Amino acid sequence: MKRKLLATLVGTALLGMVSNLALAQTAKAGAISGDKVIIGVMNDMAGLYSDIGGPGSVEAARMAVQDFGGKVLGKPIEILSADHQNKPDVGATKAREWYDTEGVDMIVDVPTSSVAISVGKVAAEKKRVFIDTGGATKALTNEECNPYMVHYAYDTYALANGTGKAIVQQGGKTWFFITADYAFGKALEADTAAVVKANGGEVKGVVRHPLNASDFSSFMLQAQASKAQIVGLANAGGDTINSVKAANEFGLTKNQSLAGLLLFITDIHSLGLKTAQGMMLTSAWYWDANDETRKFSRRFFEKIKRMPTFDQAAVYSAVTTYLKAIKAVGTDDADKVMADLKKTKINDMFAKNGYIRQDGRMMHDMYLMQVKTPQESKYPWDYYKLKATIPAEQAFQSLALSTCPMIKK
Amino acid sequence: MEIFGVPIQAFLGQLLLGLVNGSFYAMLSLGLAVIFGLLNIINFSHGALYMMGAYVAFLALDLLGLGFWWSLALAPLIVGGFGIIIERLLMRWIYKLDHLYGLLLTFGLALIIEGVYRYFFGVSGQPYPVPDALRGATDLGFMILPNYRAFVVLASLIVCLGTWYVIERTRLGAYLRAGTENPQLVQAFGVNVPLMVTLTFGFGVALAAIGGVLAAPVIQINPLMGSNIIIVVFAVVVIGGMGSILGSILTGLGLGVIEGLAKVYYAEASSTVVFVIMAIVLMVRPAGLFGKEK
Repeated sequence: MKRKLLATLVGTALLGMVSNLALAQTAKAGAISGDKVIIGVMNDMAGLYSDIGGPGSVEAARMAVQDFGGKVLGKPIEILSADHQNKPDVGATKAREWYDTEGVDMIVDVPTSSVAISVGKVAAEKKRVFIDTGGATKALTNEECNPYMVHYAYDTYALANGTGKAIVQQGGKTWFFITADYAFGKALEADTAAVVKANGGEVKGVVRHPLNASDFSSFMLQAQASKAQIVGLANAGGDTINSVKAANEFGLTKNQSLAGLLLFITDIHSLGLKTAQGMMLTSAWYWDANDETRKFSRRFFEKIKRMPTFDQAAVYSAVTTYLKAIKAVGTDDADKVMADLKKTKINDMFAKNGYIRQDGRMMHDMYLMQVKTPQESKYPWDYYKLKATIPAEQAFQSLALSTCPMIKK
Repeated sequence: MEIFGVPIQAFLGQLLLGLVNGSFYAMLSLGLAVIFGLLNIINFSHGALYMMGAYVAFLALDLLGLGFWWSLALAPLIVGGFGIIIERLLMRWIYKLDHLYGLLLTFGLALIIEGVYRYFFGVSGQPYPVPDALRGATDLGFMILPNYRAFVVLASLIVCLGTWYVIERTRLGAYLRAGTENPQLVQAFGVNVPLMVTLTFGFGVALAAIGGVLAAPVIQINPLMGSNIIIVVFAVVVIGGMGSILGSILTGLGLGVIEGLAKVYYAEASSTVVFVIMAIVLMVRPAGLFGKEK
């Protein structure tokens, strides 16, 4: 017994010395906190959004680190990953743990708008960098904006503006919305409804379903009864797939048209072209756009066996951009890195002449796409044809309309 | 004419759709009821086995080119066989223990099965076409009913009533029920009780697999489809009364309809309404609507 106590005491003392040593080292290093740059990829690893980001985003982050040479300013770069299970409380707790005790310098990805908002709050409180690529709500650069958050890939405004506007202009004047009942769905619905009305259209009705509702037949009947020309799907992932399936089954597509407001390439793959053909969608990026994107995508495909979604490509780009900023300012200090991020142009396979605006919005072109017919598709994953390129300034909300407190008017 | 602000046509349409969903609930909760009633195992892996049924259909089509009807016959055999292996290897050791052990074992199994499928197939899901013979929809005047959904209701009613008849009305069913009451005595009459128990488990699992195949054309086949539905199905079993065969069939259909109506009147609550009912039933009749208090 005595011996055990002694051993414990000695052990504790030793531990104390070691951690003191570690602390001393951190203090000396200065430029790079903890002597390494740690990037945390947080997303839905196993649930309904896990094919959009998930392990694929972690792989994309790893590829970015590998292409960067594995080191920045001579210090190693480490990638951590975590599953937020689409729950805001889980995401916030993990973010706090990462920033506080694991020395994470930057968190990336974080789909599911409600989780993105809560992680953004933690980033602001801890004064660390958070680059969101997976979340959609435009609130991230409006009422929820903060100096440490960047919204990288897309937002609900851009989706609404891209798909919504194109469809109204083609004559789809009356709309019915099937909306996922949480921050993202409501934001997407509100933004699209605003675009529809601004272009002379009308919203006939809305039904809001719980996240992850597997049966959509009832909502299809309601959509049919509304007699609206366009049925807008303000949901994502598995919910959108099941909506489209149900719409086909109930013959909704005979008299009405579907508008998927957020579709990822994995959704199209899962639906199959026969079901998905002709749908219009807005995308931040497409794997088959040019040689650069194809090169990245083929490498990605080797490992994940699926073509990258625009979220995964954005993770690659965001990690690269972040590492370049550290290299440029010579430290991983969040304030200095953020200052550099907001003044440097982004040119890579994800974005051309992209830049990060004062409110944290990464400005880049968006693309209006149409899903090919089975006849038009020549090889696996050949799914989209480009209908229009939407220039960054038109794609995203203008600063004049911003409600972000950081923007002085 | 309107019912609480909803045109009667829409109302009837929703009732019918509720019945379709209810048939899935009924078929799955029936499997659970059979397994619980006769084996005393709360089978949390039921959802995963239902998902396996759907994947058998998908793989049969994708790899072997075998269509829906083949799958409807193959899936119960394959997945049921898998169930029998599980029962022989794992379940039989825990019959004498508290319910909790069975629950934990099957819950763990469900997580493992789901994990394996997720590893191989991802979560985006696989497409599965409606069989040619059942393609198209019939205009009922008040709604357009896809033929396939009508078939689902019919098929599940046949399966459910058939099961009820065998267990409650035949000699074999009598053996089964007696075997659960007093296994020693039934064994003394020369009935091989362990074999009977194994086959019963296999049968319960086969019901889940049939449910999976029936669901494949209408909802996305993905590794999580089981855990999405299983919680509701357990609520159905609890409301109906644990182990009650007829109870689970009727409550399954009934709750499908109630959930369907919730989708019209207040869609936001449609995933909660079943649990509200469960809470109320548990307060008023703790043994469930059709359960016997012991």
